[in-house]
Amino acid sequence: MTLLSVRNLRVTFPTRQGEFQAVRGVSFDLGRERLGVVGESGSGKSMTGRAILGLVRPPGRVFADRLDLDGQSILNLPERRMRKIRGNRISMVMQDPKFSLNPVMTIGDQIVEAYRLHAGGARAAARQKALDMLAAVQIRDPERVMGAYPHEVSGGMGQRIMIAMMLAPDPEILIADEPTSALDVSVRTEVLNIMDRLVRDRGMGLIFISHDLNLVAQFCDRVLIMYAGRIVETLAARDLHSARHPYTQGLLNSLPRLDAPQARLPVLERQESWRDGDTIAESLETEFPGGL
Amino acid sequence: MLKVENLNVWFGHAPDRVDAVKQASFHVAEGESFGLVGESGSGKSTILRAIAGLIDTWSGRIEVAGRPLNARRRDLAFYKTVQMVFQDPYASLHPRHSVDAVLSETLRLQGMDDIDRRIARLLDDVGLGRGFRFRYPHQLSGGQRQRVAIARALAAEPRLLLLDEPTSALDVSVQAEILNLLSDLRAEHGLTYVMVSHDLAVVGHMCDRLAVMQGGSIVETMNVDALRQGTASQDYTRQLIAASRGYARA
Repeated sequence: MTLLSVRNLRVTFPTRQGEFQAVRGVSFDLGRERLGVVGESGSGKSMTGRAILGLVRPPGRVFADRLDLDGQSILNLPERRMRKIRGNRISMVMQDPKFSLNPVMTIGDQIVEAYRLHAGGARAAARQKALDMLAAVQIRDPERVMGAYPHEVSGGMGQRIMIAMMLAPDPEILIADEPTSALDVSVRTEVLNIMDRLVRDRGMGLIFISHDLNLVAQFCDRVLIMYAGRIVETLAARDLHSARHPYTQGLLNSLPRLDAPQARLPVLERQESWRDGDTIAESLETEFPGGL
Repeated sequence: MLKVENLNVWFGHAPDRVDAVKQASFHVAEGESFGLVGESGSGKSTILRAIAGLIDTWSGRIEVAGRPLNARRRDLAFYKTVQMVFQDPYASLHPRHSVDAVLSETLRLQGMDDIDRRIARLLDDVGLGRGFRFRYPHQLSGGQRQRVAIARALAAEPRLLLLDEPTSALDVSVQAEILNLLSDLRAEHGLTYVMVSHDLAVVGHMCDRLAVMQGGSIVETMNVDALRQGTASQDYTRQLIAASRGYARA
């Protein structure tokens, strides 16, 4: 069974020039897989993630024909009920750990607080769980890190701490919004390995939002390509380099490559027809409903 | 054009002193494009900032166009030779200055005449129409802002441009436009570039030679062909090249 089913998701914001549609009819299913969402800034990829978690603040509004988690609608739930789902069943890792961790609280206190909020239980048990989670994300000296403040750890470690915090309540779905963009390449691989293991070992569903096409092609199972608030193409990640949509092809071509030097980089010529043209899609359904 | 010898840069005082750059040496010939790569904290941006005069706690020798630099004072002739483009075009433009104000102030500071005509030419040079002249930064996209920042750097008609991650805040399609613009400008004006980037593919595209930095030291200086073929002499460089190829499942 699919974990998450989204049909015709729309997010709108009122502006002085009328209604702005940030997401315009996005549909997809998520199984126990690594689903990449790729697009440029302003394509609506982050807003899609936020809408699923109910994090679009008024005056923004979310509409959908369907937004189901395990067959139950989570569209526009009251905040009190959404809070039970957020963190517990669907978690989110943001781009920059510097802005997502509380700077005046030790890391241990933050993880313990997050865990007890969702799972309750005694402080000592939560502390043990926090230590286990830090070890699970490959932090070598969890005892020391528990007592450290966010400014005392590096960016890569901060991001792993964020992941540890998000994973403590054992969510079914993790939405990772550019989780590695602020990290160096060597640290990036470690963070990706951790998320990869969680998908395989725990059967978690991962929505991996990124602007990095090559990374998504290598890391994910399936990719949605977004342009101007819509999905223009969905395809298996291994087929990304034979993408058919001119926008996807244009993005791929505009990347400089070490193995294929060229004097000038091809520049993307945007077409008005991309905004409302047909989606090139094999199917909305996931090939991996029951796990990889 | 640029000679850097035994450059040390530090921050703070003992016992909290941090040595951000240690004994760095490299030369950049006139008209060449030179890359500095490494992870965050490796000191690559710090070298640029020391050259530009934004950091004065350094020792060693920096020579620009044959003239040694003083750590504390830079004269107008220096800023006519060397200009810098910063990483984040959202932060490097004054939010309440129009494009016209940014460029005319720079031109006036450089003692240029005929400012009106020069602004029009600068905007043409960086591929922005005249219509952009009286816009404010919030009315521009990221790529357009970076074009304004490049126009501001070109206003002094410099010979050496210091580029600090000029495209890392931009989308890949916009990055392609800015990299093409930088290539064109270098060919047109015979500029020399020193470019800092964490993206080896970008440096491979833009530069002739590069230095690889780790922990404040230059571990290797190589040319771009060696980078493309992956024939680095140092383990660290090979790791960096392998990591930049992307993600290989463990």
